[in-house]
Amino acid sequence: MNCIIIDDEQMARIIIEEMIANTRQLNLKASFNSAIEAIKFLNINEVDLIFLDIHMPAFTGFDFIQTIKNPPKIVLTTSDKNFAITAFEYDCIVDYLVKPIAPERFEKAIDKVKSSTSLPIKDSALDNHKPENDENYKVLYVNIDRRLVKIEIPSIKLIEAKGDYILIKTETKNYTVHSTLKKIEDKLPDDQFLKVHRSYIINFHRIIDIEDNSVLIEKDVVPVSRSNRSELMRRVNLL
Amino acid sequence: MEERPTLTQINKISGKNDDFRERLINILKTELVSEVSTYQKNLSLGKYIECAENVHKLKHKIGILGLEKSYEVAVLFEEDLKKSNLKNKKAFDDILKSMLEFTAQL
Repeated sequence: MNCIIIDDEQMARIIIEEMIANTRQLNLKASFNSAIEAIKFLNINEVDLIFLDIHMPAFTGFDFIQTIKNPPKIVLTTSDKNFAITAFEYDCIVDYLVKPIAPERFEKAIDKVKSSTSLPIKDSALDNHKPENDENYKVLYVNIDRRLVKIEIPSIKLIEAKGDYILIKTETKNYTVHSTLKKIEDKLPDDQFLKVHRSYIINFHRIIDIEDNSVLIEKDVVPVSRSNRSELMRRVNLL
Repeated sequence: MEERPTLTQINKISGKNDDFRERLINILKTELVSEVSTYQKNLSLGKYIECAENVHKLKHKIGILGLEKSYEVAVLFEEDLKKSNLKNKKAFDDILKSMLEFTAQL
């Protein structure tokens, strides 16, 4: 298996490099101290496995996973003993290793990778696939403070763009996530959500009323741009 | 009793490979000095979020030196820093001092 390492800490990289060198089935193609450099490499090279540090400045491991189109198998490495198990909701993530990595634990992770590669690979929740009727796709995981938080898609009332962040308002809670409206729009089912303004996506099942240039989503008044108004009117069941 | 750094983890990771053990120790020494310096600089500038990132990174080296109780202090301090709370600063700085003294003798 061809693999790469992504970790901003040199000591972590050389430990994994040594463990890879001692594992017959693994062939190290490259080591990177930043996810950005690894993305450039992956644009022109294919690998079977990535050892990925989750906690890196500026661009985290989860940012990295969300950026690459068809992620290979990934073994996360982390210094968090209380690492969020929800990370496994990403199909590509096979295991996680807590630093300092013990050699026997590394071997166990490789065994997991080997057995996982013999299984059929499920569709990744990270691609642009939106099977509206599939129960597995009624949830969305968002990266908040290095944890993947599960959000039930039907519970989302609206999403507002706020600079480099989006504010996701649900029935019970609001979430501020480092992402774009375009990215989340691609993950949401078309039969429930509609972009009504350059800064807003609404769940149109939650509309209370519609005025000329705004729509009331429960207690929130959301502006509707002229260009999106006709699509909104087409979607609602007008008498 | 105060916890002391050890090479147990490094010996375990390097097995019988003395060259690798030496390389690991050299990188530990240089990277530790650099990470501590970055942490101290951010702390002096009141950049507590960056400081929490530095503490997070240092946790690996705390673990490598077998400092299990100190690791827990680092976990608390990392979280405190995110709230600009310096309650565990003295305890954490003592850990760093002990690590630097230990690695300087290697």
